[in-house]
Amino acid sequence: MIAISSNLLMLAFVLYLVSFIAFVMAVTGKKWSNRDPKEHSERWGRIGFYLTAAGFLSQLGFLVLRWIAGGHSPTSNMFEFMAFLSFAIILAFIILFLIYRLPALGMFSLPVGIIMIAYASVFPKDVQPLIPALQSYWLYIHVTTAALGEGVFAVGFAAGLMYLIRVTDQSQKQRKPWWKRGTTWLEFSISVVLMLVGFILMVTIFSAIGYEVVYEVTNETGMTSEVTYTLPSIAAPYNGERITDEGFGPFITTPGWMKGVDPGRKFNTMLWSVISGVILYWLLRLVVRKRLAAVAQPWLRDIDPAVIDEISYRSIAIGFPIFTLGALIFAMIWAAEAWGRFWGWDPKEVWALITWLFYSAYLHFRLSRGWHGSKSAWMAVIGFVVVVFTLVFVNLVIAGLHSYAGV
Amino acid sequence: MTTVDDIKCECGHTNPVGTLLCEACGNPLQKEDGEEFPDMRYDGVSRRSQTFSRTIVDKIWNFFSSVRVAIILIIIVLLASIIGTIFPQEMYISGPAEQVYPEKYGIAGEIYYKLGFHNLYTSWWYITLLLMIGTSLVICSLDRVVPLYRALKKLPVKRHLSFMKGQKVYTSVSLSQDKEPVLDQLQRSLSKKGFRVVREGYSLVGEKGRFSRWGPYINHIGLILVIVAVLMRLIPGFYLDEFVWVKEGETRKVTGTEYYVKNVEFKEEYYDPEDVPEGVDVEGRVVKNYQTDAILYENRAADTPGAPPDLVEVHRDQIRVNHPLKYKDLLLYQSGRRLNEVTALNIDLIHLEREEVIGPFTLDLYHPESEIKVSEDTTVRVLEYFTDFEWTEDNEPRSKSPDPNNPAFVVSVISPETPAGERSWIFLGSTLSSPDGEPVYGFAFTKPEIADVTGLMVRKEKSLPFIYFGSGVVMLGLVMGFYWQHRRIWINFEGEEIQIAAHTNKNWYGLRREVQQILQSIDVERSIEQLSKGGK
Ligand code: HEM
Repeated sequence: MIAISSNLLMLAFVLYLVSFIAFVMAVTGKKWSNRDPKEHSERWGRIGFYLTAAGFLSQLGFLVLRWIAGGHSPTSNMFEFMAFLSFAIILAFIILFLIYRLPALGMFSLPVGIIMIAYASVFPKDVQPLIPALQSYWLYIHVTTAALGEGVFAVGFAAGLMYLIRVTDQSQKQRKPWWKRGTTWLEFSISVVLMLVGFILMVTIFSAIGYEVVYEVTNETGMTSEVTYTLPSIAAPYNGERITDEGFGPFITTPGWMKGVDPGRKFNTMLWSVISGVILYWLLRLVVRKRLAAVAQPWLRDIDPAVIDEISYRSIAIGFPIFTLGALIFAMIWAAEAWGRFWGWDPKEVWALITWLFYSAYLHFRLSRGWHGSKSAWMAVIGFVVVVFTLVFVNLVIAGLHSYAGV
Repeated sequence: MTTVDDIKCECGHTNPVGTLLCEACGNPLQKEDGEEFPDMRYDGVSRRSQTFSRTIVDKIWNFFSSVRVAIILIIIVLLASIIGTIFPQEMYISGPAEQVYPEKYGIAGEIYYKLGFHNLYTSWWYITLLLMIGTSLVICSLDRVVPLYRALKKLPVKRHLSFMKGQKVYTSVSLSQDKEPVLDQLQRSLSKKGFRVVREGYSLVGEKGRFSRWGPYINHIGLILVIVAVLMRLIPGFYLDEFVWVKEGETRKVTGTEYYVKNVEFKEEYYDPEDVPEGVDVEGRVVKNYQTDAILYENRAADTPGAPPDLVEVHRDQIRVNHPLKYKDLLLYQSGRRLNEVTALNIDLIHLEREEVIGPFTLDLYHPESEIKVSEDTTVRVLEYFTDFEWTEDNEPRSKSPDPNNPAFVVSVISPETPAGERSWIFLGSTLSSPDGEPVYGFAFTKPEIADVTGLMVRKEKSLPFIYFGSGVVMLGLVMGFYWQHRRIWINFEGEEIQIAAHTNKNWYGLRREVQQILQSIDVERSIEQLSKGGK
C-alpha cells in the first residue's frame, strides 16, 4: 500500500510537470501563426487546469493511502510535511484559478508546488512509528492547518513575482546604483528559487550514484559519532575528521554555533545549493543572453497588473486567517496539551509569530494609498521567503522543540 | 447638537466638523479644485484624530490611532523577535548564563548577554512595545468605530454626481428607451446577486456584506482580549510552573500546591515490530509510550499549620506525553524519567577512632531532608546539595542541571564531640573530609536505593480559557473581514443617461465583474478595463 501511495505521488509530480507545460503553452503560444490568441490561451489554460486537478486527486490518493497504511496522519516527518505543503499549494492555486481564470498564474504557481514535492523527496521517505511526543491529534491539526495557510501564501508569492516581472522596467538605461534597481533584486529572487532547484538536482544526482563521505565528529563532551555526507564535502563538520579516504574536500569547517542534528552536513548542503543555484542561473542567462525576468516579461504584457496585484493580495487575505488559526491558535492549544504552556518563545514559535506579524504589517500597508503594486508585491515575495526560512533554516541553525523532523 | 464649525453642504445637510463627504449626498465638502477625491474608507465621515491636534491628549490620541505608527510598532516587535532567536534564550540553556553565552558563542554571545537579549521576550522594553500595540489597538478602534458606524448606518440613495464620478468604478450609459423597465431589470439583477436594494425615484442603491466591515474591529478586540489574558498571568495564583520527581510507590507533595501525588507505576513501552503495520520502519527500539499511573490526593489539613497531612484521594489518571492529568486547574505532565536510578544513598556514620557504627542514615537524591537524626545525640545536617556537580573555572562548586546526574552533598555532623559540626563532602560512592585536623567521623556506603523515577511537570494556567476565547474572537473577526466584502452599487438616471458607480472595501476585480454582469442584463457591454478607469 505504501508503494502504491508513493507511485501516486510520483504520478502527481509528473502530471504537475505536464500541466505546467500546458500553462506555459497557454501563455507563450498566443502569438503563434493562425491562432486566435484568446481562444488559444483559454484552451490551453483549461487543459492545464484539468491536468492539475488530476494531479491533485492523485496526490490526495497518496495522502489517504499513506494515512491508512501508516496508521497516522501523513504529516509527521519532513518528507510528509513538505509533500503536504505542496498539496496545499496546489489546492490554493486551484481555488485562485477558479476565481480569476488566469493561465499565467499556473505557470508561476505550479513550479512552487513541484519544487516542494522534489524537495520533500530528498528526505527519508519511510513511514515511522510515532514517538510519544508526536502522539497528539492537536499536533496534526496544527501542522496541517498551518501548511494550508502557507500554501495560500505560496500562491501570493507566485503572483507577487509575476507582478514584479510584469512591471519592472527592463530597459538598460537606469541611472540608479545596482542595489537600488528592481531588476537586481528580481534576478536575485529568481536565483534563490534556482538554488532550491540546484539543491534538488545535486541530491538526486549524487544519491543516484551512491556517493558517500563519512566524518567522525567529536562533540563537546568528548563523545564521537559518525556523520555521513551524501554530497561531496565542501565544509567539514565542526570538530570532524574525514574517515573515508577517497573524495574531495573539505575546504572549510562548519562554524561551531550551528546547532541541530548534524549541522555540518546541513551547512555543506546549503553551500551546494547556493553554488549550484548560481551556476544554474548563469547557465540560463548565457543561453538567453538577457535578464531572466526580461525573457518572461513580454509573455505577461497583455495582463492588467492590477489583476495580478489583486490575486497576490487576495491569496494573502485568504491565507491569513488560516495561518492564524493553524500556526498560532492550534499551535497554542497543542503546546498547552503537550507542555502545559501555550507559548514558550521556542524559536519555531517565535518564527511563526514573526511570519504572522510580517503579513499583518503587509495588510496594514495595503490600507494606505501608494502601497499597492510593486511594494506590496515585494512584501508578498519576502513573506513567503520568511515562511520557507522558518520551515527549513530554523531547523538548520537553531534546534528547538519543534525540530521533530530532525532536518 | 450643532456648532459654528459644522459644515453645510449645498444640498442643505449640516455635517459635523471634519466631514469630508456630505453625509447626505456625498458631495466632497473640503475639496479644492484639482485635489484628489477623498479616501472612501469611512465614506469621508469625520474622525477625531483627523480633526483635532491641539492638546497633548489630542497628540497622544493621534499618535496611537495612526496606522503608520501601528505598522512601525509591529515591525519593531518583528525585528526584536528575530534578534531573540539568534541564540537560545536563557530558559533553553543549562548553566549560568554569564558563563554559557561567552563560552559557547564567543564575543557575540557575550554582547548578546550584556544587552540582555538572553531574556528578550520578558524584557521591560519588549513588553512595553507589546503594550503600546495594545494601546494603539484600543485607541485606533475607538477613533474609527463611531465614524464607521455613521458611515454604515445611513445609505442615501441618490448621490451627488461628483461623488459618483469620484468612485473607482464609474461608468455612464446613454439611454433612449423607457426608464421604468430598465430600472426594474437593474433592480432584479442586483437582488439576484444578493444585494439589498433601495429605490428612490430614479435612483437605486444596492448593498451587500455590510457586516464584514466590522471584521477588523472584532479582530482587534480579540487581540486586546488576548493581550489582557496574557497580562492576567502576572496575577498571583494564575500561573504556576513547577516540577516534581516521584519514585515508584512514593507519594509526594506537588510543589506549589496543596495536592499530593502518588506514582503507582511508571511504564516505558516499546513498539513491537510485529504490531507495526507493514512497511513502517522500526529500526532499533522505538519508544511507544511513557506513562505514569498516578493518584492525586488533596491535603484536607492544609489550613491547619503544623498539622500532619490528611490525604484524601481525589483523582486517578494515566499520565502520558501529550495527555496530562487534569484536575480542576491543576495539570500534571509526563516530562521526565529515570529508570533503575539510584534514588537515595544509604550510609553508615562511623566513629573513626572507636571504629563504631553510630547509625545508618539516608540521603535522598530527589528530596533531601535538611536535618537527619542518626542517634540520640548525633545529627547530620545537609548544608549544600549539588544535583549535577562540577567545578567551575574559578574552582567554585556548582550544579550543571537540576537532575541528580552527579550528586554531591556538603554535610555537617553535629554531636557532643563536634558541637560546631564537622564538614564533609559526600559524592556518589566517595567522601572527602575537611582538610583541617583529623576527622572524627567517617562514612561507609551500603546498598543504595534504586527505583524508576518519573518527572512530572506541574502547571496551572488559569488564563487559558480567556486566551482561547480571545483567539476565537480574533478568528471570527478575521473570517468576517476576509471572506466577505462590503459592496455598494449606486445607479442614477439623469436625463438620458444612466450613471453607475460602485465601491468595495476589497477585491475590486470581483466587483467589476458584478457590475459588468448587471450591465449585461440591460444589454450594455463594458469590459473590465473600461470599468477600471474610474476616479481614484
Ligand atoms: C499585531 C497586531 C495587529 C493585527 C494582527 C491586526 C490585524 C488587522 C487585520 C487583519 C486587518 C484587516 C486588514 C484588511 O482588511 O485588509 C486590520 C485592519 C486594520 N487595523 Fe489592524 N491589526 C493589528 C494592530 C493594529 C493596530 C495597533 C492598529 C492601530 C492603529 C491597527 C489599525 C487597523 C485599522 C485602522 C484597520 C482598518 C480597519 C477598517 O478597514 O476599517 N491595527 N488589522
